Amino acid sequence: MRKSGKIIAELFAILLTVILFIIPFYFILINSFKNSREASKMNLQWPNAFQILENYREVIQAQDYMLIRAFFNSAFITVASIIILVFVCAMAGFIMQRRKSKPLTIVHFLFLAGLMIPPAVVPTIWVLNGIGMFKTMAGLILIEVAINIPFAIILYSGFVATIPREIDEAALVDGAGSLNFFFRMILPLLKPVTSTIIVLTSVNVFNDFVNPLYFLPGAENATAQLTLYNFMSLYNTSYNLLFADVVLLTVPPLILFLIFNKRIVAGMTAGAVKG
Amino acid sequence: MKSTKSLYSYGFLLPAGIIFFIFFLLPTMVSFFFSMTRWTLTDWEFIGLDNFIMFFKESSLNIGFRNTFIYAVMTSGTKVVLGLLLAVLLTSSIRSKDFLRSVVFFPTLISTIAVGITFSYLMHPSRGLINTALAALGIQGPNWLGDPALAIYSVGLVDIWKGVGFATVIYIAGMMSIPADYYEAVDIDGGNAFRKFWHITLPLIRPAMNSVIILSFIGGLRTFDLVWTMTKGGPGFSSDLIASIIYKQYQGGFYGLSTAGNVILFVIVAVLAFPLYRFLTKREVDL
Repeated sequence: MRKSGKIIAELFAILLTVILFIIPFYFILINSFKNSREASKMNLQWPNAFQILENYREVIQAQDYMLIRAFFNSAFITVASIIILVFVCAMAGFIMQRRKSKPLTIVHFLFLAGLMIPPAVVPTIWVLNGIGMFKTMAGLILIEVAINIPFAIILYSGFVATIPREIDEAALVDGAGSLNFFFRMILPLLKPVTSTIIVLTSVNVFNDFVNPLYFLPGAENATAQLTLYNFMSLYNTSYNLLFADVVLLTVPPLILFLIFNKRIVAGMTAGAVKG
Repeated sequence: MKSTKSLYSYGFLLPAGIIFFIFFLLPTMVSFFFSMTRWTLTDWEFIGLDNFIMFFKESSLNIGFRNTFIYAVMTSGTKVVLGLLLAVLLTSSIRSKDFLRSVVFFPTLISTIAVGITFSYLMHPSRGLINTALAALGIQGPNWLGDPALAIYSVGLVDIWKGVGFATVIYIAGMMSIPADYYEAVDIDGGNAFRKFWHITLPLIRPAMNSVIILSFIGGLRTFDLVWTMTKGGPGFSSDLIASIIYKQYQGGFYGLSTAGNVILFVIVAVLAFPLYRFLTKREVDL
C-alpha cells in the first residue's frame, strides 16, 4: 500500500514537471519548425508543413549574417572574460586565504560588497569613456570580469582552505619563487573549482543582456542576446523565425549543461554553500 | 628558515584588485557625486538633491519603489519555499530524481531574453497556451501582461519559473553535506521522516537557505532584463522597477537622474540586504 502510494506521488511529480518545464521547450521547438501562418496560432499542434531548413537558414542569413557575427562576438567575449577571470581570481583567492591581516579584511569586505551592490551604470560609461574603452569589446570584457570577480574569489579562497599548507612548506624547501610556485603547484590543484567557475560564468556572460546593452551598443558589435532582443521587434509577426532564433541561442548553454551537469552540483557543494 | 609568507606575495592581489577598482568601485564612488548633478557625461552642473526629490515626487518614477519591493519579496519568498520542497523531493529515494533535477535546473541556463520572449507568447491573453489550457478547464484566464494590476506579478511568476532550479541546486548541495549518521540517530530513536526534516535537515541547511534568501532577494531588487523583455515597464508604468527606470532615464539622456536611481537602489540594498545578511548569518548553526 505504501509502495503504490509512493509510485503515484512520483508519477504526479513527473507529470507536473512535464507540464511546467517540458511543454515550454516543446512549444519553442515545434513552432520553430512551422510556417509563419501555422506558428501564429501559438499552439502545440504537429505542423502540417515542416519548414525546418528554410526557417533556420533565413534566421542565420538575416541582416547579412548578423547572427553568426553576434555568436562569434559573444563567444569571444565569453572566452576572454573567463581566461582573465580565472587567472586573476585564482591568484587573489589564494592570497586572501593564506594571509590574514587588517588591510585584507577590508579588501575582503569590498569584494563581498561587490556581490550585493548594483553596478552604477552611467558612471561606468563615464569611466570607460575616460580611458577610451566605451563601445569596445575590451571594455565589455573587463566589465564582465569585474562583475564576476567577487563570486570567483569567494569560491577560490574557500577552496584554497582545503589545500594543506605542507605543500607550501615543501615548495619553500625546494626554493621555488612565488610565481613559479603558484602556477606550477597551486593552480593545477584548483582545477575542480576552476571548472565550476568556468561553467557558471560562461553561461552568465554568454547570456548577459544588460551589460552589452549599456556598454556595447551599435550593430557591428552586437552580441547574441542583443541580436535576439532586436529580432523580437523584427519578427513580431513571424514567430517561427523568432523561435528558431531562440533555439539557436539555447544550443551553447545546452551543450555546456550536458557536459557539466554533474559538476555543477558538485562544485556548489565544494564552494558556494560553505562560502 | 625562510617563512612561507615569501610565497604569498601581496602582488597577487593586484590584477583582480585593479580591474575591480576601475570597473566597479570607482564608478560606484563617483555615482554619489554625479547623482547630484545635471550631467551630459562631458559636462555637469551641481544641483544638490533635486534629482532625488524628483524621484520621490514623480509618480512615474516612484512607482518603481513599490514594484521593486513587491517583486523582490514575491520572487525570493517563493523560491525559498518552493526550492526547499523541490530539493527534499529530489534528494529522496524516487527513481526519476536525476531526470527531474536536470529538467528543473535547465531553465537557469537559458538566457533571460529567450525565456521572456517565450513566456510573452505563452501568456498571450486569447491565443496563449496558458489561457487556452485554463479555458479547457472552464476558467477564464486573465490578461497576464496587459492588465496593469497584474503585469508585475506575471513577470514575477516567470522569474520564479526560471530561477527556482538554482535555489533547488543550492539546497541539494547543502543537504548532501549533512552527514548520514545524523539521520541514523533519529532512526534509532524511532523518529519519522517529518522529525528528520524538522530536527536535522531544516537546522543544518540554514547556510544554504541563507544563500538562497540573500541571492534571490538581491537578484529580485536588481532585476531588469526580464521585465524589459516582457513588458518594458508597461502597461503605462505599472510594471516598472527601479532598474528599468534607470535604463529609461539613461535612454532619455537624463544621466544625473539615472545615476540618482542607481544610488537609491544602492541605498535600498544597503538598508535591506546588508542587515538581512548579518541577521541570517548570526543564527547559523555549525555542522
